Amino acid sequence: MMTQIVFYVFATVLVLSAGMVVSARNPVHSVLFLILAFFNAAGLFLVAGAEFLAMILVIVYVGAVAVLFLFVVMMLDVRFAQMREGLQRYAPFGAAVGLVLLAELALAFSHWQVAEDIGSVPHVVAAPGRTNTAALGDVLYTHYVFLFEACGLVLLVAMIGAIVLTLRERPMGRRQNIDRQHERTAADTLAMMTVPLGQGVAANGGFRRPEHSYYIASVPGSYGVTEEPVPQGRPVDETRRGGHGTENHGGLAQ
Amino acid sequence: MAHFFLHTLIGQVILTVLEALAVLVPLLLGVAYLTLAERKVMAAMQLRKGPNVNGPFGVLQAFADAIKMITKETVIPSGANRFLFLFAPFLTFSLAMTAWAVIPTNDGWAVANINVGVLYLLAISSLGVYGVLIAGWASNSKYAFLGGLRAAAQMVSYEVSIGLVIVSVLLAVGSLNLNDIVLAQRHVWFCLPMFPMFIIFFISALAETNRAPFDLPEGESELVAGFFVEYSALAFGLFFLGEYANMFLMSGMVSILFLGGWLPPIGIAPFTWIPGPLWLIAKILFCLFVFIWVRATFPRYRYDQLMRLGWKVFLPLSLVWMVLTAGFLLATGLLPQGGAS
Repeated sequence: MMTQIVFYVFATVLVLSAGMVVSARNPVHSVLFLILAFFNAAGLFLVAGAEFLAMILVIVYVGAVAVLFLFVVMMLDVRFAQMREGLQRYAPFGAAVGLVLLAELALAFSHWQVAEDIGSVPHVVAAPGRTNTAALGDVLYTHYVFLFEACGLVLLVAMIGAIVLTLRERPMGRRQNIDRQHERTAADTLAMMTVPLGQGVAANGGFRRPEHSYYIASVPGSYGVTEEPVPQGRPVDETRRGGHGTENHGGLAQ
Repeated sequence: MAHFFLHTLIGQVILTVLEALAVLVPLLLGVAYLTLAERKVMAAMQLRKGPNVNGPFGVLQAFADAIKMITKETVIPSGANRFLFLFAPFLTFSLAMTAWAVIPTNDGWAVANINVGVLYLLAISSLGVYGVLIAGWASNSKYAFLGGLRAAAQMVSYEVSIGLVIVSVLLAVGSLNLNDIVLAQRHVWFCLPMFPMFIIFFISALAETNRAPFDLPEGESELVAGFFVEYSALAFGLFFLGEYANMFLMSGMVSILFLGGWLPPIGIAPFTWIPGPLWLIAKILFCLFVFIWVRATFPRYRYDQLMRLGWKVFLPLSLVWMVLTAGFLLATGLLPQGGAS
């Protein structure tokens, strides 16, 4: 009785939120409804007694995958008017794809065959008294360990592939050189100076530059890589945004 | 009477509500006084007095703050998404409360003594990202949005190392049940044989709760106040309470996973006279003191240093330690043959 009520609550919310994922206007709302759907699916797993699967669903899909979805979708600059413009043009094409899929599904279901020899498929039945976490562990790490490892390797290859495809050394910005920053001592950066009355310490707007850079600078003109000396007594350029108007602010102001 | 509570539906519901209250009321009181304790401890460390006007030693300060928070006006920014804007603080706060359902305060004393207790805690703490992310987005403010993105990236990164550290502990225990994890530390607390993991877990807990020196999401010098810059009054108060309740939760996790939960340091006479829950509370308070101590001591990390620490230092270290633990347990034949419910 209680279980059924809980089941129907989870199932109803799951179906409704799954519907809202495709019908919500705002993509961020779509992702949030997707998260709600995942969450309710986890609830259904709990009702079915698959507690381990339920928790893993929440940790992996809700806690990691959906966060990245939300990340990307929040930063998208979606123009709703533009999206609706294309609707008329692509509607026939979309309908055609949908029809083909529907026909294929109908074909598949009309010729559905159930294998006779179910008994030959190796079943793994958990010993009584084992938790379902332990039973899953038995199946994955004892009976199917090589298949499991192979799956892991495939995922590893996919991950490395994605990194190789997207990692590009772009000649822009400054990179932090952590090792050099750790090696820094007070003697490198501090110096006692006698300041002549009425004059600054350095020509470049009162800044004292470090002897060498703690960044890996790729932008010419960055902090610490400028070969050309900073011009003496240069007038402040009002059009620049960078506070003191000298070259000191490097890449930021440009 | 016992039959009514244990065997009828209404009785079970009432019993569960009472159990939840027995956990949540002390927790909320603790949260209220943690805010005061933080100000007092930091004041002592910085040679100040801290709050000392309301009540003796300022003990009424927490309630004065609460009344101030409640009577203020809730301002909702004009471009904000009203529902999500108000939903985010409630989510953060209620998640911080929900997690306490599985924390055992003595042998078998948990509201829900479930088999996958550790996974439940991980799942709840990974949901905490959404409160921050939704708050940042729904505020319709650039500062809040940047703070939310930072917080999400930070929490996801440090969850990885927290997860791997927990796996090493689970290898030594052979069960996902929090009660079993504490009982496995009868002879020696895990903070001794797994000392590096203890430190990594504690630092990751600091990052996971967005505490100093990892409080970049709120970095007031560059992001004003981060993801809750647009919040005021009760909504802000809920974020505030949620953050402190999360500190309690993380301290509880450290105590249970590494400091032997409710167990006394040595199982002999003078120590065993003190009841278990008091030991657990003492350990949680110690962890909270270290949280505050760290905040009063260290300057904030730079963002790239934070990410580097999480991914390039903690992740490989905890991964190597996990493999070492598994190898050691297998070689010495100590690997627990768990799995029985």
